[in-house]
Amino acid sequence: MSGFGRLVRAEWTKFRTVRGWVLGLVAAAALTAGLGLQTAAGSHSSCGAGTVEVACPSAPVGPGGEAVTDAFSFVHQRLDGDGAITARVASVTGRIRKPDVRPGVTNLVSGVVPWAKAGVMVKDGTKEGAAYAAVMVTGAHGVRMQHNFTGDTGGTTASAPAWLRLVRSGDKLIGYESADGRTWAEVGTATLAGLPDSVRIGLFVASPGDLTFSQDALGGVVSAQRFTEATAVFEEISVLGAAAGDAWRYDDIGVTMGPDGKPHHPGGHVRRGDTFTVTGVGDIAPVGDEGGMRIEQTLTGLFTALIVVVVVAVMFITAEYRRGLIRTTLTASPRRGRVLAAKAVVAGAVTFVTGLVAAGITVPLGRRILEANGNRVLPVSTLTEMRVVAGSAALLALTAVLALALGALLRRGVVAVTVAVAVTVLPYFLATVSVLPLEPARWLLRLTPSAGFAIQQTLVEYPQVAAHYTPVLGYYPLPPWGGLAVSAAYAALALGLAVVKLRGRDA
Amino acid sequence: MSRHLRAEWTKLRTTPGTGWLLLAVVVLTAGVSAAVAAAVTNQPFDVPRTALAGVVAGQAVVAVLAVLMISGEYGTGMIRTTLTAMPRRGGVLAAKAALLTGLTLAAGTVAVLGSVAAGRLLLPGGQALSLTGGPVLRAAAGSVLYLVLVGLLSLGVAAAVRDQAAAAGVVLGLLYLLALMTFLIQDADWQRFFYRLSPMNAGLTVQATAGLQALPLSPWAGLGVLAAWAAAALTAGGLLLKHRDA
Repeated sequence: MSGFGRLVRAEWTKFRTVRGWVLGLVAAAALTAGLGLQTAAGSHSSCGAGTVEVACPSAPVGPGGEAVTDAFSFVHQRLDGDGAITARVASVTGRIRKPDVRPGVTNLVSGVVPWAKAGVMVKDGTKEGAAYAAVMVTGAHGVRMQHNFTGDTGGTTASAPAWLRLVRSGDKLIGYESADGRTWAEVGTATLAGLPDSVRIGLFVASPGDLTFSQDALGGVVSAQRFTEATAVFEEISVLGAAAGDAWRYDDIGVTMGPDGKPHHPGGHVRRGDTFTVTGVGDIAPVGDEGGMRIEQTLTGLFTALIVVVVVAVMFITAEYRRGLIRTTLTASPRRGRVLAAKAVVAGAVTFVTGLVAAGITVPLGRRILEANGNRVLPVSTLTEMRVVAGSAALLALTAVLALALGALLRRGVVAVTVAVAVTVLPYFLATVSVLPLEPARWLLRLTPSAGFAIQQTLVEYPQVAAHYTPVLGYYPLPPWGGLAVSAAYAALALGLAVVKLRGRDA
Repeated sequence: MSRHLRAEWTKLRTTPGTGWLLLAVVVLTAGVSAAVAAAVTNQPFDVPRTALAGVVAGQAVVAVLAVLMISGEYGTGMIRTTLTAMPRRGGVLAAKAALLTGLTLAAGTVAVLGSVAAGRLLLPGGQALSLTGGPVLRAAAGSVLYLVLVGLLSLGVAAAVRDQAAAAGVVLGLLYLLALMTFLIQDADWQRFFYRLSPMNAGLTVQATAGLQALPLSPWAGLGVLAAWAAAALTAGGLLLKHRDA
């Protein structure tokens, strides 16, 4: 066995023979799983249908597998094979509900929300979540080409009136815009894999709810989504294609049903000659945190494990100083840097395995329990789920190495534990549930060891979706692996400093 | 009792870390308060509470000071000398608690005054902060008491747990972990339950001056929760100290 291998074995022997540490880690894993599964088991949800409670319908899922909202007014006809639609969006107007000024009196003002959408669309049927491509005028983001909920390309025209054209050839869709209906510029192209021969083509209007945020008394943020609707006037409509001339049909796709069984905030359309006036409510977009629970929410117990891991890792080194064992250790292996490295390997590996077992049980099982209780859980790929599990374990391991290094640097257990907890948990706390505004909160999660919590993020931020992208709702400022890299850098830095200090100091 | 106090005071005074830790309580509390005040751009929902935000960080140093007062003795074996010289173990813990109260009262007052001063200078809407006003005075004085009670809670835990790293873990877990749990839980009823249970959330309710009717606890009742935690910890620590080998 190599010299370093023997050192690692010696440190492993020291670790596993202290009963309190082993029990502490087992308890940490059990607490993580227990708290996670307990909360999952306690979360129930059901939906009302008239006077009875039924299981909530599952959220529609887009072609890419993500949860989506797909609600809009659609005036459409059949298109077989290749074809095109051209229309002029003459105007877009709308109404927004604002907080009531007088109680009980609905406060509606006229206006269009920034991401209201009006334009032309090709869609694989009228089912929510079906593949689509569309060119549209938006409230404040100009002409855009969007497809399959996540794809988004900007055009040049700023606002209505605007001419829009969408051309289909096979599974390829090309969007065009024009100011005068004569010279056309391409906005973007989209490939809808597996688009069938027969699709629906037509005009659509959507208007996402108006988001407002206020602070709640407990320190969190309450978001409210208020009703908005948009109305667009379409002129000069022409459809080219094999089935051209088919009758127009209207669908209020994804409309919510009220308790009386009638549509709640329905859209609508009026045809006057060749002019269509279409009113729409809702949005065509991926949903974030408001679409359901996130799998990482089953891991709230990880904080317990984090504190136990910090205490055990600090004691792994400070106990040697307290008992004088450090002198034996350093006599037996005078190369001090390697001793600390061996300790870091053992502490990191042991806590990684602990975290892997805890998260590996909690996440998949917690998700099943949540789903069985009727909760909507945002769908994620297996790879993402594995990243959350392994990443959480890695975060525990990095925290253990950081705590070990702080223990070696500071030698006093209480100071090392406090500093380790203060730099890993406190910034997360301040960034998520305190009075701190968004920007400083984001900087805390970029610059401190708390950045590593980003590895748990399963939500995706979309620039074309207005939402509250804040840490408390599960959106971190750094990408998952980037955040973990920041934590790793802190652990490496602290370990490096500890090695230098251990070499230059009497034990 | 005065002899107990003198002995403990001599130990505390001659331990090199004490002065630095007291300084750290002031610097960290006022510093974090000032940083938050400088970072806030719009007038916050609760101005006094935002001005006192640094207490969340400063309490960790108070915990370190309190844990070291007793775990430090276990670490070096000094505790045996202490208990030989002063066999009335309850008296030893009481003397430590009295000294800790005095020191955190002094450091906490300076820290809170510093935070309020920083708030007046930096916080939008902070110019109106005045300690003559009832709710603001209650928030400020309550914050000092909060720090004192966190110290006593930590002292009790340290007397019970003895090992300093473990004691720090228990104290920080009680404070930060329970506070985080309150917000990570989805269910509103459980959230309010955890809020009432958590020594930090409940205790810091004493800082609240806005939206009081929406809080699960009144300000003083909240500080009472923390006081109950501190009393329970001190009792447990005292009993264990009395009936256990040192």
